[in-house]
Amino acid sequence: MTSAAIVITGLGATTPVGGDVPSTWSAWLEGRSGVVALTEEWAGQLPARIAGRIAVEPGEVMDRVEMRKLDRSQQLALIASREAWKDSGLTEVDPTRLAVVVATGVGGVTSLLEQYDILRERGASRVSPHTVPMLMPNGPAAVVGLELGARAGVHTPVSACASGAEAIAFGARLIREGKCDVVVAGGTEACIHPLTLAAFAAMRALSTRNDDPAAASRPYDVDRDGFVMGEGAGLIVMERADHAAARGAHVYAVYGGAGITADAHHIAQPDPEGRGATAAMREALVDADLTATDIVHVNAHATSTPQGDVAEAGAIRAALGAATDQVAVTATKSMTGHLLGGAGAVESIAAILALHHRLIPPTINLDSQDTAVNLDVVSNGPRSVKSGAVAALNNSFGFGGHNVALAFRSAE
Amino acid sequence: MSEQDILSGLAAIVNEVAGVPASSVTLEKSFVDDLDIDSLSMVEVVMAAEDKFGVSIPDSEVKNLKTVGDAVAFIQKSAA
Repeated sequence: MTSAAIVITGLGATTPVGGDVPSTWSAWLEGRSGVVALTEEWAGQLPARIAGRIAVEPGEVMDRVEMRKLDRSQQLALIASREAWKDSGLTEVDPTRLAVVVATGVGGVTSLLEQYDILRERGASRVSPHTVPMLMPNGPAAVVGLELGARAGVHTPVSACASGAEAIAFGARLIREGKCDVVVAGGTEACIHPLTLAAFAAMRALSTRNDDPAAASRPYDVDRDGFVMGEGAGLIVMERADHAAARGAHVYAVYGGAGITADAHHIAQPDPEGRGATAAMREALVDADLTATDIVHVNAHATSTPQGDVAEAGAIRAALGAATDQVAVTATKSMTGHLLGGAGAVESIAAILALHHRLIPPTINLDSQDTAVNLDVVSNGPRSVKSGAVAALNNSFGFGGHNVALAFRSAE
Repeated sequence: MSEQDILSGLAAIVNEVAGVPASSVTLEKSFVDDLDIDSLSMVEVVMAAEDKFGVSIPDSEVKNLKTVGDAVAFIQKSAA
């Protein structure tokens, strides 16, 4: 394996707070929630009737004929991919040195369910011929790969809510192994549907603060009662540093490294001691050749569940030790809700931009911090980051016990 | 049903499925070569045509429907 420095040269996203990266970033700095009440008729019977709907519908930026063959998760991935690619300034890339890694937690589940309804109501002969490409979890990666002409590989890691972060770690490996010069990596999710909402609610995982959607996602707050499902996508362009330098590319941040572990504890509950999460963060530091004192910021997984937020807080302190006191932690899920397979990628973009702009978005709805959370959580407006060489972590954890920590360094 | 009625109905379907302007959907056009309809989209066109014209277009017949005119003729014959 050859080691190569990797830089981030392009960003793209569509989220509940903005249709692209600049608008999403502005909303985060302003502390604006993208969580809304679901007004569809089917929502009435659900215990949780709120969600983070994307701010800009795909139909506003995508052709109708193109949209109809794509699952919504694929539409969002393509929108993010187009922004990231344009942002990178890349034009001519050797297709045999270009790969795509786009994760999703559940894939095209809304397309699957829609076609199942058609099967039951109208019969097999009326099931759409586009059903399989729309429902397959690798579909978003495939449509992005097709558009970019990526021939070095198209991949889809699936690890529930850690998927988007795992995609970035996977993409970095492809560059480090010497197989690729450029990788477009990230995650997408669009599964707001009565079945998924009912299923997560059945696990008692969702907030039922239906009367106050904007206040429902409240990581670390003593009154948090579960996560809010969100939808969206985030993709980044990762590039071998010398490849980026040769074309004079703009660099947002440097990819440091990744830590990937598994809890082996429970299918859906976090390890109360957060051992797997701690190990992932430590591994990320080692992989990035960083020490705890280099870390100034953690974009936490912090979904606003009673158990998960506390377990992660303990894990951060266990991983970073006394240096934790100098770390500003934030939970952008307080504004976007939980983008599941898109979360790790969108929140990596938040961490990358925090290093780039030297500004950390606040955690909203933190009215009274849980005393079990011994962290310096950014709230009441953004927090500035000191100058000089600094680094940040992004945590993502998924049902199944998946833990992914990513480390990014400031570009200077 | 007249040839013109079927053609305009089919043109609306092709427009919906593939985004081709209805006015471009003329009898001599090839679905694959001229209208850029791939095999999956052709299945959609056939399904929609079956619904719209109340006919059955078996898979064995679809491969013979190279042009819009072929499809119009088949539908006219089946609906008669």
